[in-house]
Amino acid sequence: MNCQEIRALSHAYADRELDLVRATEFEQHLSNCRSCSQQVDNIRALSSAFKSSTFYFRAPSNLSNRIRASTCAKNGTVRLPQRAVVRKEAWVQWIRWFIPVAASALVILLAISFVPSADKRLTEEVVSGHVRSMMVNHLTDVASSDQHTVKPWFDGKIDFAPSVTNLAEHGFPLLGGRLDYLQNRPVAAEVYQRNKHVINLFVWPTTGDRNTSKKPGVAKGYNLISWQEAGMNYCAVSDLNAAELREFADLLN
Amino acid sequence: MPHLDAAYNLARWLTRNEHDAEDIVQDAFLRAFKFFEGFRGGNSRSWLLSIVRNAAYTWLAKNRKHEVGTISDEEIENIQDGALNPEGFLLKNTDHQEVMNAIGELPVEFREAIILRELEDMSYKEIADVMDVPLGTVMSRLARARRQLQEALHHRRQPRISA
Repeated sequence: MNCQEIRALSHAYADRELDLVRATEFEQHLSNCRSCSQQVDNIRALSSAFKSSTFYFRAPSNLSNRIRASTCAKNGTVRLPQRAVVRKEAWVQWIRWFIPVAASALVILLAISFVPSADKRLTEEVVSGHVRSMMVNHLTDVASSDQHTVKPWFDGKIDFAPSVTNLAEHGFPLLGGRLDYLQNRPVAAEVYQRNKHVINLFVWPTTGDRNTSKKPGVAKGYNLISWQEAGMNYCAVSDLNAAELREFADLLN
Repeated sequence: MPHLDAAYNLARWLTRNEHDAEDIVQDAFLRAFKFFEGFRGGNSRSWLLSIVRNAAYTWLAKNRKHEVGTISDEEIENIQDGALNPEGFLLKNTDHQEVMNAIGELPVEFREAIILRELEDMSYKEIADVMDVPLGTVMSRLARARRQLQEALHHRRQPRISA
């Protein structure tokens, strides 16, 4: 490499973007050329100026709440009891005793409106599990379209043996499996695909032994379908439409 | 909330204003939630930052039109442009505010490249994904950004050197 080629690559070298062969050639040149190594030193001096944390603007603490509030407001799920506050102003003369009463009423109201039912909590957990699996690039721990690979993979990782079926011939190919966590216990997550939609099927043992019919649901724009069968809970979640998700669930029987 | 700091930092550097940055990040997160199905796996930070970046550029085009599109990428071949001053370059005595101002004065396309590289420690490939430009353009913008930064800082410390 001559000086001109070196200059063209000096930023890529300082940013560790060169492959091993070229980086080695580059370093050979540097050891014999003061002006080129000065060039690299300059780039590094400039980079090091950024290492001070003063240049990184961390998000203000209220921003996260603001975003959360605005996403909820869009879905129409935020319902704060505003009326108590208005009434407080009208009852100025009794304000001394009214404040503690209103405050405790508010606390009770909030407590009631914010404690979700067990069903709702599970739905939320399932949807979060699905979203998380897509978001953090962690869809599968074992990626395989072969149920004889995915099923044994769960052995020893969980204390039950979920059935794994490949539904490729019905248009729901198996992508793999993953461990997830629902209702304070590890569960099996089987990952299927329909066209470009990913389906997470969560499987874990039931406490009782009854079978239930398939119950569809919607949360945060995702379709869900859940049922109990042969001592197992099943819950499938996807952005797929409800009819095809139902078809998927029916195929699992 | 994942990558909130990265989103805010990028928006803050692109707009150079904390309130506008907050609005842009909020808008970007709403879009991210809404278009989540558009996310096909891969790097979630790059995906989110590309949404933040687009929101910031839409905002800039509306409110500060003169700040976008001031550079041309025609000189991709001529990466020599990015060759830094061969003199020894020391930043020891340069105070933070000066560096901050110099970064703020870079054209926005250069600024985002250098922020993603130096503050997010992103690879050229990730930066190319966020900015939606070819890898060569990332390399040339980074080189030119650094050269401009060096010139700005050099000039300020020794105002007579170019006279």
